[in-house]
Amino acid sequence: MKELDLVIIGGGPAGLAAAVSAYDAGVRSLLILDREQQAGGILEQCIHNGFGLHRFGEELTGPEYAARYIDEVKKREIPVQLETMVLDLQPLPDGSKLVTAVSSGGMLELKAKAVILAMGCRERSRGALNIPGTRPAGIYTAGAAQKFVNIKGYLPGRRVVILGSGDIGLIMARRMTLEGAKVEAVCELMPYSGGLNRNIVQCLEDFGIPLLLSHTIVEIHGKERVTGVTIAQVDENRRPIPETRQEIPCDTVLLSCGLIPENELTTAAGIPLDPVTSGAVVDQYRQTGCPGVFACGNVLHVHDLVDYVSEEAALAGESAAAWLRGESLSGESVSLIPKDGVRYLVPQQLRLPLKDDLRLYFRVGAIYDKATVEVRCGEKLIFSRKRPRLVPGEMESLVLKKSLLEGLDGPLTVGLSLEGESK
Amino acid sequence: MYDVAVIGAGVVGSLTARALTRYQLSVAVLERAEDVAMGTSKANSAIVHAGFDAPEGSNKALFNVRGNAMMEETAHELGVPFQRNGSMVLAFGPEDEEKIQELYERGQKNGVPGLCILTGDQARETEPALSPDVTAALLAPTGGIVCPYELTIAACGNAMDNGAALLTGFEVTGAERTAEGWRLSARDGRTLDARFVVNAAGLYADQVAALMGDESLHIHPRRGEYLLLDRKEGRTVSHTLFQTPSVMGKGVLVTPTVDGNLLLGPTSVDLADKEDLSSTAEGLAQVAKLASRSVPSVALRSVITSFAGLRACEDGHDFVLRAENHALHLAGIESPGLSAAPALAEEAVRLLGEMGCPLTPNPDFQPVRPHSPVFRRMDNAARAALIQQDPRYGRVVCRCETVTEGEIVAAIHQNPPARDVDGIKRRTRSGMGRCQGGFCGPQVVEILARELGIPMEQVTKMGGGSRMLAGPLGETEEEKA
Repeated sequence: MKELDLVIIGGGPAGLAAAVSAYDAGVRSLLILDREQQAGGILEQCIHNGFGLHRFGEELTGPEYAARYIDEVKKREIPVQLETMVLDLQPLPDGSKLVTAVSSGGMLELKAKAVILAMGCRERSRGALNIPGTRPAGIYTAGAAQKFVNIKGYLPGRRVVILGSGDIGLIMARRMTLEGAKVEAVCELMPYSGGLNRNIVQCLEDFGIPLLLSHTIVEIHGKERVTGVTIAQVDENRRPIPETRQEIPCDTVLLSCGLIPENELTTAAGIPLDPVTSGAVVDQYRQTGCPGVFACGNVLHVHDLVDYVSEEAALAGESAAAWLRGESLSGESVSLIPKDGVRYLVPQQLRLPLKDDLRLYFRVGAIYDKATVEVRCGEKLIFSRKRPRLVPGEMESLVLKKSLLEGLDGPLTVGLSLEGESK
Repeated sequence: MYDVAVIGAGVVGSLTARALTRYQLSVAVLERAEDVAMGTSKANSAIVHAGFDAPEGSNKALFNVRGNAMMEETAHELGVPFQRNGSMVLAFGPEDEEKIQELYERGQKNGVPGLCILTGDQARETEPALSPDVTAALLAPTGGIVCPYELTIAACGNAMDNGAALLTGFEVTGAERTAEGWRLSARDGRTLDARFVVNAAGLYADQVAALMGDESLHIHPRRGEYLLLDRKEGRTVSHTLFQTPSVMGKGVLVTPTVDGNLLLGPTSVDLADKEDLSSTAEGLAQVAKLASRSVPSVALRSVITSFAGLRACEDGHDFVLRAENHALHLAGIESPGLSAAPALAEEAVRLLGEMGCPLTPNPDFQPVRPHSPVFRRMDNAARAALIQQDPRYGRVVCRCETVTEGEIVAAIHQNPPARDVDGIKRRTRSGMGRCQGGFCGPQVVEILARELGIPMEQVTKMGGGSRMLAGPLGETEEEKA
């Protein structure tokens, strides 16, 4: 059995960035495992631009963004084993972790001192959405359609209705249109879009594609191939209003209804998950409940921008390096608890004392105008910041100075205080 | 000229064809769809019933109890997972308790072994997730679970390995009595001669019988809708849990499946259209509500897919086995048809023999279906050895169910061959997991195109016009035409 200091599961943007920072922090015995034929993860099929504005100050395509990190990995001669799927992760009694993987070369067993989880996420399927009707060909998740178009060079269909206004769905509305398909509508169950505003403008409005908020698909029609869908408006409890039912003929339904972190390995290793993020519970080092196992990127919580994935992965890489050097990442644990409009927080735990300033990531559960984000310890207000507008589709962050958090004597809560009306 | 033509490659037709290849007979299986197990055998509760439901003396009772006893060996020979997990009928109060007492007595008369009645607390001791409202339960230790399409595929494959021919896309639209037997004609113009015909046409058994001059049968479809939950919920319960049938309806079951998922359902709605496999918002909501009654903690958040299946209900509500005029009609095989299928196949052979079909044992018959490797069921040492032989078993295509390229390729080349995406799914479970083909879908299409030697855009989901793709990029609809 091969022994390594660090195994990184997943060679997408998170895994690549984590590897680079771990290397730069001194780790030399490391390996990236990825199931695809090339590293880069889902970015390889995201051929549109808009990546890297925060990280590189310029607009890159997905493959270009990935290439920057692949180059860095190559420069450092960090080994990447491709077409290798990790089947199991188990903590061993001696504190190391057993990683079992498979490739066409055979079964692979690795003993790693530290592991970084960077497996990414998957899309919510039609079944998970429970859409009634028939089960014909022509129903795809937006990501599967994107793979057919951008990687395989095939058009999944010619007349499309998209359910869900997640970013991939918006991107695919434009992509399918550019390839000659007619996108009839994008239906969004919620009264607001889950996607980035810039995507709504550039991918729908610029092409005259209607975005139907508070609408859903109530039935799919067609025996062999999709022949149409029935859509309906929904009331405030998200129940379809029968009088608003209308049928739209189409041959394709694309689903862009949310992403789910792929934490099967995490669960197998017995690592606790946060039921809201569906990712591991982590501290500020991105260390999970299993010492020496770190998590970053979309496997931890779903990000909108890859730039933040890279940032978080760099932190996980540095933390893994520190842990391997024997630095203490433990300490008294304090919980971070979301409340009043804040859906989740990452990290969920703090290890005291803090070594650095703390960057907190969070999402809100609805649209809020003129809200104040308040961080409290018990009743005591530690920090507050006004935000003109908070929307569920955009991840928020705030930085708390280390000095603010000295002498904490209980859990921190993060919530919203509203001046204006919430919508 | 075949000795026997079996119409319908469902579980009954396929097991009958297999039973016939035990004898020196030439057998053809005629299937209207482009794959086997495409009708009632595709989507049902996947239950091997113990046999206490049907009235004493009915065909249902007789063949259910007999088929249940045969299932273990049949599944073992065919390499199909079968578990005798036991079943319970749950009572929620005195009326239900009276009813399960009736079922207990009926079961005794039907010859169901091992039945006993548990108190609510005893039932909860073996099934901790049961509702506190359960007051008693009828326990049937011989109840079991099996995957209906996997059993059908394996049975048909074994029949083919033993010499039977499978003709897909053969929708019988004409039957003419000849001097020696029957001439069957298909919608596409093909004809086939056979000395004897077995009508195992499921929902269409009445129409096939009518073509052959017997207009006495009438079958209507009854739809059942189901919810399937993620494998992480598969251990919520270990037994198959029925609700007591009452004036309020038959209730729904909660059961683990052999693949480790949790299955909830079915509803029961009479329809007119024999092709209507659509699910409904009301039906699925009803399943969810009723299932929660048995198991309040059932994790409806973990639903990975929903589906609907049809039952072939004959007006007399019993299995019809009618041998006449060189034809054997096996009709109205609704529940417990899956459980009864091995016994019905055996009986079919006997009835054909009575009609003059010569039954000379086939010394070359191989009851055991060669087991193509199933990666997820192997240990790591066996996996390593397999990959060394064939590296394609080291390439995981479906990550949710851990299905390798080797298994997908094998499914395309073994009997009965997979020809479409759903065929691959039923044979390998690729696309059957929590992402429902989101990741493996494009790769499965590519492997099918490569192995079948067809362009990607000709790959279908389930034959016919169910094409997966519109065409290569840059090709307009006009160019395609």
